[in-house]
Amino acid sequence: MKFTNLSQNKGYNLPSCHMVNLSGFHILLDCPLDLSSLTIFSPISTILHEQTFDSSSSKKILDNYNLIPFEPYYKTIERGHLWNVSLIDVVLISSPMGMLGLPFLTRTKGFSAKIYATEATTRVSEFMMKDLITMHMEYKQLYGHEENNFLQLMNWKNLEAFPFKLKEIILGKDGTELGSWMPLYSAVDMKECLQKVETLKYSEEVCYNGSLIIKAFSSGLEIGACNWSLKSPKRNISYISSSIFSSGVSMEFDFHGLIGSDVLIYSDFTSTKTNYSINSENVNNQELNDDDFLLNSDERLEEMEKLNFICSCSMDSLKAGGSVLIPIGRLGIILQLLELLSMHIDSFDLKVPIFIISSIAEELLAYTCILPEWLCNYRQDKMYSGKSVFGHEELIKEKKIHIFPTINSRELLMMWQEPCIVVCPHWSLRLGPVVHLLHRWHGDPNSLLVLEEGIDTDFALSPFKPIAMKVLECSFLSGIRLEKVPQLLKMLQPKQILLPDYTKPLFEPLNKSLSCLFYTEAETIRLPNSNKLSELHIATNLASQLTFSKLKNNELTMSRLTGDLYVEHGKHYLVEEKRSTGLEIGPLVHWGRVDLGSLLVGLEKIGVKGLMEYGSNVVNVVEPVKGLIEVKETSVVISIGDESLASRISDVVYGLLNGV
Amino acid sequence: MAIECLVLGAGQEVGKSCVVVSINGKRIMFDCGMHMGYTDHRRYPDFSLISKSGDFNNALSCIIITHFHLDHIGALPYFTEVCGYNGPIYMTYPTKALAPLMLEDYRKVMVGRGEEQQFTYENILDCMKKVTAVDLKQNVQVDKNLQIRAYYAGHVLGAAMFYACVEDSGMVYTGDYNMTPDRHLGAAQIDRLQLDLLITESTYATTIRDSKYAREREFLKAVHKCVDNGGKVLIPTFALGRAQELCILLDDYWERMNLKVPIYFSAGLTIQANLYYKVLINWTSQKVKDTYATRNAFDFKNVHNFDRSLLDAPGPCVLFATPGMISGGFSLEVFKHWAPCESNLITLPGYCVAGTVGHKLMSGKPTKVDLDKDTQIDVRCQIHQLSFSPHTDAKGIMDLVKFLSPKHVILVHGEKPKMDLLKGRIKSELGIECYDPANTETVSFPSTHFIKSDASNAFIRSSLAPNFKFPKDEITDMPALHVRDERVSEGILTMGKGQKVKVVHQDEVVTMVGGGKTEVEFGYCFGLNLCNLENIGEEIRVYDDESLLKILNMKLSGEFGELGLRGGLGSLEVNSFRVLVCKNDACPRRIDGDGCSESGGRVYFCCNWSILDKTIAWRVINVMKNMDSSVDL
Ligand SMILES: [Zn+2]
Ligand SMILES: [Zn+2]
Ligand SMILES: [Zn+2]
Repeated sequence: MKFTNLSQNKGYNLPSCHMVNLSGFHILLDCPLDLSSLTIFSPISTILHEQTFDSSSSKKILDNYNLIPFEPYYKTIERGHLWNVSLIDVVLISSPMGMLGLPFLTRTKGFSAKIYATEATTRVSEFMMKDLITMHMEYKQLYGHEENNFLQLMNWKNLEAFPFKLKEIILGKDGTELGSWMPLYSAVDMKECLQKVETLKYSEEVCYNGSLIIKAFSSGLEIGACNWSLKSPKRNISYISSSIFSSGVSMEFDFHGLIGSDVLIYSDFTSTKTNYSINSENVNNQELNDDDFLLNSDERLEEMEKLNFICSCSMDSLKAGGSVLIPIGRLGIILQLLELLSMHIDSFDLKVPIFIISSIAEELLAYTCILPEWLCNYRQDKMYSGKSVFGHEELIKEKKIHIFPTINSRELLMMWQEPCIVVCPHWSLRLGPVVHLLHRWHGDPNSLLVLEEGIDTDFALSPFKPIAMKVLECSFLSGIRLEKVPQLLKMLQPKQILLPDYTKPLFEPLNKSLSCLFYTEAETIRLPNSNKLSELHIATNLASQLTFSKLKNNELTMSRLTGDLYVEHGKHYLVEEKRSTGLEIGPLVHWGRVDLGSLLVGLEKIGVKGLMEYGSNVVNVVEPVKGLIEVKETSVVISIGDESLASRISDVVYGLLNGV
Repeated sequence: MAIECLVLGAGQEVGKSCVVVSINGKRIMFDCGMHMGYTDHRRYPDFSLISKSGDFNNALSCIIITHFHLDHIGALPYFTEVCGYNGPIYMTYPTKALAPLMLEDYRKVMVGRGEEQQFTYENILDCMKKVTAVDLKQNVQVDKNLQIRAYYAGHVLGAAMFYACVEDSGMVYTGDYNMTPDRHLGAAQIDRLQLDLLITESTYATTIRDSKYAREREFLKAVHKCVDNGGKVLIPTFALGRAQELCILLDDYWERMNLKVPIYFSAGLTIQANLYYKVLINWTSQKVKDTYATRNAFDFKNVHNFDRSLLDAPGPCVLFATPGMISGGFSLEVFKHWAPCESNLITLPGYCVAGTVGHKLMSGKPTKVDLDKDTQIDVRCQIHQLSFSPHTDAKGIMDLVKFLSPKHVILVHGEKPKMDLLKGRIKSELGIECYDPANTETVSFPSTHFIKSDASNAFIRSSLAPNFKFPKDEITDMPALHVRDERVSEGILTMGKGQKVKVVHQDEVVTMVGGGKTEVEFGYCFGLNLCNLENIGEEIRVYDDESLLKILNMKLSGEFGELGLRGGLGSLEVNSFRVLVCKNDACPRRIDGDGCSESGGRVYFCCNWSILDKTIAWRVINVMKNMDSSVDL
């Protein structure tokens, strides 16, 4: 087995990406898109405001804010050059974000891998891709067709003149990533990509190529997000992507299917900022029931606390006459925020509308009403008791929430009132309605901008400076809390754990109880071949037909096999032959030593008289005809000029050997 | 190990489906239904047959409910809340959501009929709390050895067939299913599985149905004609399932024909059910599913709540009233009011349980129906029997049995004479063991069992690479699951005392026993006078070994061309047989003859071979000996 970490986990919006080589299969885990790198481009409307060509008609490569005023390119998985697209056998997608880069891969010539993702992940991801494509199109339309593309401009002369920050994003820390920039895929690319995805339910079993059994288990991170269990005849792997034990929306983290693997690839470290150190006592003194400890509602309470804080900050702004802009694309967070915001608005008796502006919001919200199977117990119980699963369903009917596909919708212009709350996708603050609204409100000290932590806020906001509006940066939980990790690992009982290298200080002390290996970005770890044996399932009726022989001086019994062997669902079966050949096969392999004395006795029984030559391993046959039997280390040679006698003597020799 | 199948209900009848299957030590109850035709103890399965002591928690591993129809779930609250079963219960999400409505509806009917209620509303809620909901195709590990999985069954929203396996033995219990899609549901779907047992419903064991669209048109025409003439249409249905299917049909027709006649649902029950249908739209057919974003197909435009005061109001209308089969409740009340009027229409479902008013109306053309000793109703209205049913027909059952090809089939949920016919067909046409036990009977047979053995890498490698064969399934073109090879016989099964059985490649056996391989070989060194040969080989004058062998090769190839005799360096070979010119006068294998090569053309040949080629070897030697010039030609 080989494992290569292609890019490390950088939070909810940029999950990690790995390549695993298991039993000869190349498996790619996730194919995300680095959206934070969009920040090097000028936001959509500044291009309109600004003169890109100055009077002397020489092209300006950077705008006034030192950003690139061209149609954006997108940064795909770094180190894509480490693997050959046509070699990939299987792609597993763990979350909607892990799919955003997939059309780049599927449109590449030679791509033929099988892609697996959960049904919900695929749908949610489809919505996100659609929105990205639409927003990008809007950019293109407003900006018109530019002859030069981004890559052509990225020559060394131009790059040299760029500010450091820009260079770093374009080239990567090691200066090699220029090749990972791509023009955005088209709607057709996306459609073709989605057609190639085989969608799964949680804990549905699929079998790739007869021997690799793949199952997805809820990770709790987002609706449809999952961890993976991979079973090959030789090795079982569990893969843990970013997970949340219990959230208020998506189905709880399901760890039961991940227990007892040979290798656990642990890829969920987003919260290492916490100054928490693990010591071995922490692991061993844990007396709590595992399920209780892991699935208690700590996470959900923390999440609620944060959401409520956002709401109360929002209320303060609204009361002061300012508006609230919430550019967050995280589905689970938005669904809860909508419910809480309207509760807060009601409790203060404010008459403030909530506008959702996104090309896909209407369809996406309708979709969230029909997937109870992917939600947490709390939401499922709401469904059973006949209530709406999410609050937005009623809020839309009650006209407290209004949905518009674009900021230019006529209906929106007619309804528009301030203060208001606007929820929209973030797209790194470069595409879509968020840009227009930032231009409108950035100078209003009473307005509030709620941002999700994860991008370089200062840089992202640079084209909107000066900023007078309040900025609230929130970090939502996007992974398992560090203090719960040792307990989880202990419970999953993997034989071997692969962890990212930066966790070494935390986990090295635990190496006594857990066997840890640490991986570094772009380096391949080779695990020695497993010496686990395959299991053969032999039909009972077949087994009863086998003839066993007990070996001399040995406690072993043996039988030569017959039957049909086949592989199904990763298991080897041996069943009765459909068409029996009916051929009796005698022993084909022999071993043991021939003792000359016993040989002479045996020969005598068939009427052959032999003489032993002292000091040698030879028997001279004297009657009925002359001959010679040489007993050597690995062979017995019978030299007799008579066919049938030779054959009879060989029977005597076999009788002295073990054979099967 | 064995499979034991105890039929507690739906044995040679329709009603109170309940089969308890013991499979390799696990015991699963499939469905826990009640019989609509009885009000005494016969309405429930005889649970005492499961456990004399009543300790059901230890007697059963789990309960699986296939769908929300009362003949499949009606006894569940009684079994859990009154009999005290506390173990795991599985059903699909829609079944879990909709079952309480069905049960509560039924409970109210019971109470309304003045019967003693078997369970309370709280009992229903408590019962449902014990239920684990499952999604289709999801693998659920009930315990270490028992795994279950649901497959789409059509029939009603959330109906599922269940696969259960314990160790090597697998089975499927279908519940009710439909092999053809209808207005709002898809057709049943299942994987090809290795099964010891298939338990299938057989409601329409002998019926073959044609397209249902004609019959749907018939229904619509009958309804349309009735309301056109100012009549009232009563559609008795259960709150769920048929009601939604017919409603989609009518709502759509009303739109197309621009009809304004009101369509009512009795009670809020069905309206509430529609809410569930909207949330669970993913369980409907693809066509309905695709509507969720624009207009959910269960947002009925022309449907309103019915108010009791409208019962005798003038003018046409269409009313859906529960329960179906007119076994009591509101549909019976409406029946009493509307049946005597000729312009009215009552539609009846395709199947009505004996003892219900529906059943009485179906048999012949009654002009009067006795409700009880004192009440008699004149029936002057028209009766339309719906001939489409969400059950599979005989062809569908045969197709499923053939597709799954289980070792045994048990028929339930049908009528005895028809089941017998189907049983005969399954035995004769498919060659599969088939049973149709009556209630309380048990069917048992051995279960499949595989002996587990470790297999060495060398064995697996030698028998699987590179000699793959992918036999294609001719009938279904299913993905080739089987990879076959004929080199199995190179494998050796070994059993040591107190060790796991292990299969190794024959080459590995020797090292396993800690010795080396010992070959038995044969040798023979003999002389020939080759004067004749000299004459033949005109141009070859010298007794050069190579040329001798060349001539020999020529002569032998004539006889053994097919064997592929090869000339090697100073030797001739075929398989393990090897012959060379022997110059060693002291050759120990030179047994016969005088032991020394002389002039006069006597040449010695040394041969050796292994036992596998002994036949060839002796044939070659005999031909060579015939070349001896001292032998008379
Ligand atoms: Zn049914
Ligand atoms: Zn039924
Ligand atoms: Zn010799």
